[in-house]
Amino acid sequence: MRPSVVKAQPTDVLKDASMIKQKQMMAEHYERLSSAPETDAKVASTFVPGNLNELLMCFDLVNNLPEVNAIQSGLRKQSGQYIMEAERAGHSEDVCTYVKSDIGMMMKGNIGPNGKKLPDPDVLLLSYTGCFTFLKWFELLREQYKCPTIFLQTPYMADGKVTPNMIQYMVKQLKEDVIPTLEQVSGVKFDIDRLREYLKKSAQAEDDLVYILQTGKNKPSPIDAYFGGIYYIGPIFGAFRGTDDAIDYYRFLREEVDQRMLKGLGPVTPDGPMDEEKYRLVVEGPPNYTSFRQFWKMFYEEGATVVASSYTKVGGTYDYGFRHDPDRPLESLAEYCLGVYTNRSLPMRIDMLTDYINEYEADGLLINSIKSCNSFSAGQLLIMREVEKRTGKPAAFIETDLVDPRYFSAANVKNRLESYFQMVEQKRSGKGAAA
Amino acid sequence: MTGKSVSEIVARCEELYEDLNFTAAREWKDAEPGRKVIGYMPVYVPRELIHAAGMLPMGIMGGGDNLEVIHGDAYYQSYICRIPRSTIELGVSGRVDFVDGMLFPSICDVIRNLSGMWKMLFPDVYSKYFDVPQTYKDEIGGVFYTGEMREFLYDLENIGGRKISDDDIRASIEVYNENRRAIGELYALRAAQPWKAPASEAYLIMRAGLVIPVEEHTVLVRDYIAAATAEDRPIKDNSRVVLTGMFCEQPPLNLIKSLELSGCYIVDDDFVLISRWLLGDVPSDGDPMHNLSQAFLHSSMSTAAKYEPDQAEKGQFLVRAVRDTGAEGVIFASTSFCDPALLDRPILQNVLKEANVPFIAFKYAENSGQMQPIREQAGTFVDSIKLWSAA
Repeated sequence: MRPSVVKAQPTDVLKDASMIKQKQMMAEHYERLSSAPETDAKVASTFVPGNLNELLMCFDLVNNLPEVNAIQSGLRKQSGQYIMEAERAGHSEDVCTYVKSDIGMMMKGNIGPNGKKLPDPDVLLLSYTGCFTFLKWFELLREQYKCPTIFLQTPYMADGKVTPNMIQYMVKQLKEDVIPTLEQVSGVKFDIDRLREYLKKSAQAEDDLVYILQTGKNKPSPIDAYFGGIYYIGPIFGAFRGTDDAIDYYRFLREEVDQRMLKGLGPVTPDGPMDEEKYRLVVEGPPNYTSFRQFWKMFYEEGATVVASSYTKVGGTYDYGFRHDPDRPLESLAEYCLGVYTNRSLPMRIDMLTDYINEYEADGLLINSIKSCNSFSAGQLLIMREVEKRTGKPAAFIETDLVDPRYFSAANVKNRLESYFQMVEQKRSGKGAAA
Repeated sequence: MTGKSVSEIVARCEELYEDLNFTAAREWKDAEPGRKVIGYMPVYVPRELIHAAGMLPMGIMGGGDNLEVIHGDAYYQSYICRIPRSTIELGVSGRVDFVDGMLFPSICDVIRNLSGMWKMLFPDVYSKYFDVPQTYKDEIGGVFYTGEMREFLYDLENIGGRKISDDDIRASIEVYNENRRAIGELYALRAAQPWKAPASEAYLIMRAGLVIPVEEHTVLVRDYIAAATAEDRPIKDNSRVVLTGMFCEQPPLNLIKSLELSGCYIVDDDFVLISRWLLGDVPSDGDPMHNLSQAFLHSSMSTAAKYEPDQAEKGQFLVRAVRDTGAEGVIFASTSFCDPALLDRPILQNVLKEANVPFIAFKYAENSGQMQPIREQAGTFVDSIKLWSAA
């Protein structure tokens, strides 16, 4: 299959063919979801980090991800009103805007990105991985939907290691709580061989994802591993891991990236292919979605490419070697959940970001600190100082929010970015050392 | 009984509360060579294990309103609560340099990440994120928790250089049972006769238990109960309220006093929650780790930091607290930017609406200084309670 740059709608936005394909996949998924009442499909709401898509597929459940819904609302400029709606109903201005966007969307009729009503979930699979807010979020949803709620606790990898006690705990939860309840809700008997088959497919797509993300090591990088990375991780972090669609998508994407690499091209931005790669950055933290294009533009206009990011590891740290393993299906699901980026200790995150800067030969670290997300944000100032110390590369800090437009100050962010790029220049020319 | 007066006991507790150099714990450590102190943050750790190791568990509840945070603010964005920044301040300013280990309980992402920061900032000090189960079946959460406690016990043995026997733990369980009983009596007295044991005093009594040996604290609590019971204090026309949301970052003492001045009798609360976390006695015979695990799973406090598996049970702890203490309303006092408390609040408020219990809500920080708005809000709440009950 020949990758090509396809002009998409609206006409002033350019997208890779893979981005178009990804968008189609997501659209199909939302159609499947919104048509669940007609098709009698049952729906499980769950989270991105530590999602158990392969397991849900064993029960023919359609996966609904409230975080992704909030992202879609953010991209479509609807999250602001949803958040205000939730705040009017008594939710604090201090808490996660994903939650408030989701609750506000529910209060406004739960209309999905395809303009159709999203169905109420038949089950809430609370996969509690690396984010305390998840726990409260699903307590809030349970209050509204009054449906069965399954809790899967992932112990935190505080000491940088996975212990047998952690694995046993998770496997027991899967065997004795998660699977029996999913059987009950779906009416489908669990078949471990079916799970193995899905896990095999997951691993195949994961190989290609890692290959794609690691092409960021090339100069110029053929990908943007943050803004472009959002598109790349969509299928595997969402409802497609374990499917043939995911295998096809990542193979297609790999070929597309290979082509760009062979031609020495940089990533494709909404305004066309990147010209010169002036700055290579590692970015820590989620992006802002309400001004996504504007935010991205601040980078590519300055010739800055993100060569590696931590956000593209929230749904799995595959580049550190993890693959879903069909020979150890439940243990493998447990290890997957344990290893996701937000479940890793602060020292582990510092090690990762330092490795990225060194291995991807980046000019420095940029932290986008998200007001909503304490899991990411608490400790990031220490991370910044430590990575700077270890790598000798400059680091910078900006603050935005996930889906709350009130916390995206374009002028402020742009100023900081411009100052940062100047700092990188100074460092390159040796002036930084003297200062 | 020591025969001390209420004011003498409270003055001693206030001195301990205000001492951000933790002199009492330092003195305990210095009294004998080889003694160790293990610090812990809110909400819960099994102090019985630390005690069984012959060490002093010491609660670190942030820096309160008397600590000037200079370094700590450089570690956190403006939208993070205050307790981690003041705790870092305590660390980098050397105020807890005598502590041989630090425990960061599973409560929220901020405290969780602080555990990693502590490892980075103080690499020579033992620090541990203390994970607890959020699932409560014996064979699942119970086994996991017992495993976590065993790992912790192993670490304590290494720090202390000696084995800890089951008998050591059983003895410590008994000591803490006694302390919980005394605290239970204090809370019962306050609920029954809040004019005799005001919350601002009870709070100081509870805070003292974080920095002195548990045996000494049990005596102190009982001394206070005896002195407070004996003292004649006037009954005020206050309303009885339950205070909730203060389970992690503690309120400044002035906030509690302000609520009382505005006409509240605080008859139940969730501050210094570790002291009341386990409900009732933990059996001191049989396998002590199993007993501690069972108590945690099946007989422990409800709070926003814990998952409630049963929707019907969600928030009922508040309704029960209201009924049991004869309270007339609930005050939600949550720390600014506290995810657990603030995310939980709308659910709890719905439960109270169902139960026809009036409530108000406000936010605070451990260093809140301006009490006038809180006093006005609480005063209006009390007035409205009086009006409703009169109607």
